[in-house]
Amino acid sequence: MAVEAIAPARPAVRYRDEFAWWDRIKKPLFYGVVIGWSIIAVMPFFLTVVFSLKPLTHLYEPPFFLPIPFTLDNYLKVVTEFRHLFPRWLLNSAFVAGLLAVVRTLFCAMGGYAFARLRFPGRDLLFWAMLVTMMIPGQVTLIPSFLIIRQMGLLDSLAALIVPGIAGAFGVFMMTQFYKNLPRELEEAAMIDGAGWFTIFFRIVLPISRPALLTLALFTFQGEWNAFMWPLIVLNSPENFTLPLGLSWFKGEYYTVYSVVLAGSMFNSVPILLLFFLFQGYFTRGIALTGLREG
Amino acid sequence: MIRIRRRQLGEWIAAYILLSPYLFVFLVFSVFAIAYAFYLSFTYFDLFSPPRWIGLGNYLYLLRDNLFLQKAVPNTLKYVAVVVPVQTAISLLLAFAMDQEIKFRRFFRTLFYVPSVTSSVVISLIFLWLFKKTGVINQLLGLSIDWLTSPTFALPTIMIVNIWATTGTMMVIFLAGLQDIPVTYYEAAMIDGANRWQMLRHITIPLLRPVIFFVVTMGVIGCFQVFDQIYVMTAGGPLDSTTTIAYLIYKWAFQSTTPFMGRASAVAFVLAGMILIVTVIQRRLIERPTEV
Repeated sequence: MAVEAIAPARPAVRYRDEFAWWDRIKKPLFYGVVIGWSIIAVMPFFLTVVFSLKPLTHLYEPPFFLPIPFTLDNYLKVVTEFRHLFPRWLLNSAFVAGLLAVVRTLFCAMGGYAFARLRFPGRDLLFWAMLVTMMIPGQVTLIPSFLIIRQMGLLDSLAALIVPGIAGAFGVFMMTQFYKNLPRELEEAAMIDGAGWFTIFFRIVLPISRPALLTLALFTFQGEWNAFMWPLIVLNSPENFTLPLGLSWFKGEYYTVYSVVLAGSMFNSVPILLLFFLFQGYFTRGIALTGLREG
Repeated sequence: MIRIRRRQLGEWIAAYILLSPYLFVFLVFSVFAIAYAFYLSFTYFDLFSPPRWIGLGNYLYLLRDNLFLQKAVPNTLKYVAVVVPVQTAISLLLAFAMDQEIKFRRFFRTLFYVPSVTSSVVISLIFLWLFKKTGVINQLLGLSIDWLTSPTFALPTIMIVNIWATTGTMMVIFLAGLQDIPVTYYEAAMIDGANRWQMLRHITIPLLRPVIFFVVTMGVIGCFQVFDQIYVMTAGGPLDSTTTIAYLIYKWAFQSTTPFMGRASAVAFVLAGMILIVTVIQRRLIERPTEV
């Protein structure tokens, strides 16, 4: 499905049938639908921005669409009064999501390459088993995973988020499909020159896989950056929280300063929105290919 | 001959080295975890003493537990039954609209997609505030409904939030599916004198069927597992009116003073079974051959 560059609109064809009335209402109708949903999709964020720039006392006061009276207090509080929390959460989230985006992408590419190109005993069985595990809902493995992490002594540490996340069925599957569709010529040439599997993979295959790697890395980053349930279960101390967990906890602890919650949530959504705007093609192509969101 | 064998052995070793990080995760956090969860579902396990075998005890308990039978299961089924059709219908409609000659399509697609990249927690926090009794939504609509603290409105409110959040993703998938249908099919149909309705019915819908199946399946799986929004917005309340199966697993395993790890594992398998059954049913419904 090639949506990376959005396909051109359907050519205007002149129909001659009893549905001519449809042509007259079609355009305004579709524009109405598209514009209407755009407003619905964006409005909550717009309101959040507006009200994060208003004082706490105006949390429910009109005007809704303009930050009047204007204040930066909420943002200042995030970095001053709560400086032992918010910046820490931001850092934790960035560290885990950034590290896993690199590590998981690499490990999934390695696994996908092995499945797609190498012949080894147990390959088909393993691949099939991997597909089966993808269909098992996360709730099933949640409790044992918690117990395993507890047994490893990793509870309440960022390692609890990293260890089970270094690779995943979704990524391996995606990379397998990518490598199956990749022409073999370059690799065959290298093989004739006597290059080993690792040289071929790291020197030749990885560099030309950049689009797929970037897509997977973005998905991973997004999934980990937004992840909630697993961090909720394995982390206990506020200083170890990731940003989503911290925001949820903060809402409970400091319920009375909701404006700060709104300002704090901007630190969660703005970075990922920026990434999305920058790499839109990779996101939408990945979605169309797999329909999956990590996390 | 020997050289070939060595080459082959090298290939095996290389494959397993390349696969080793995933194999670690797969063996520990999938294979072992699934087997362990299955074992736990037949035990009483409170973390303090070792698991005690109780046979089908947990599953039998579920058959007479009111929270599970009267709240979690119906709430989850209601949630799936409303959210999946509505989000599929809206995203399909949006995809149809986007497939026309509309200006600034890229821009609109970007806007549609914004909720999909935002974290569920932030979405929940925003809507928690918007849906307050004194909140912006009530003020704009001239209502004063206590959306999230009323047992009547809490679950529908969470449904609305989730429909809002996932429609963009599904629209992108549908749009890709629509754009994959070759224009020549429509041109050929037109030469044969087909009208717009016939084209929709005999070209678009049948060719889109696999995509619809895919989107509905993803929707079903996602809806059965809804957790984040419920945890942040209502914590299963008021009066358990938003307690879903996934939330109940969390509640029994991690929130009660005596953790019921075995019972929660049993619920997880029931959830997996329900997802499987619904997926198979809807596969039958959607992939039924069209009567031409």
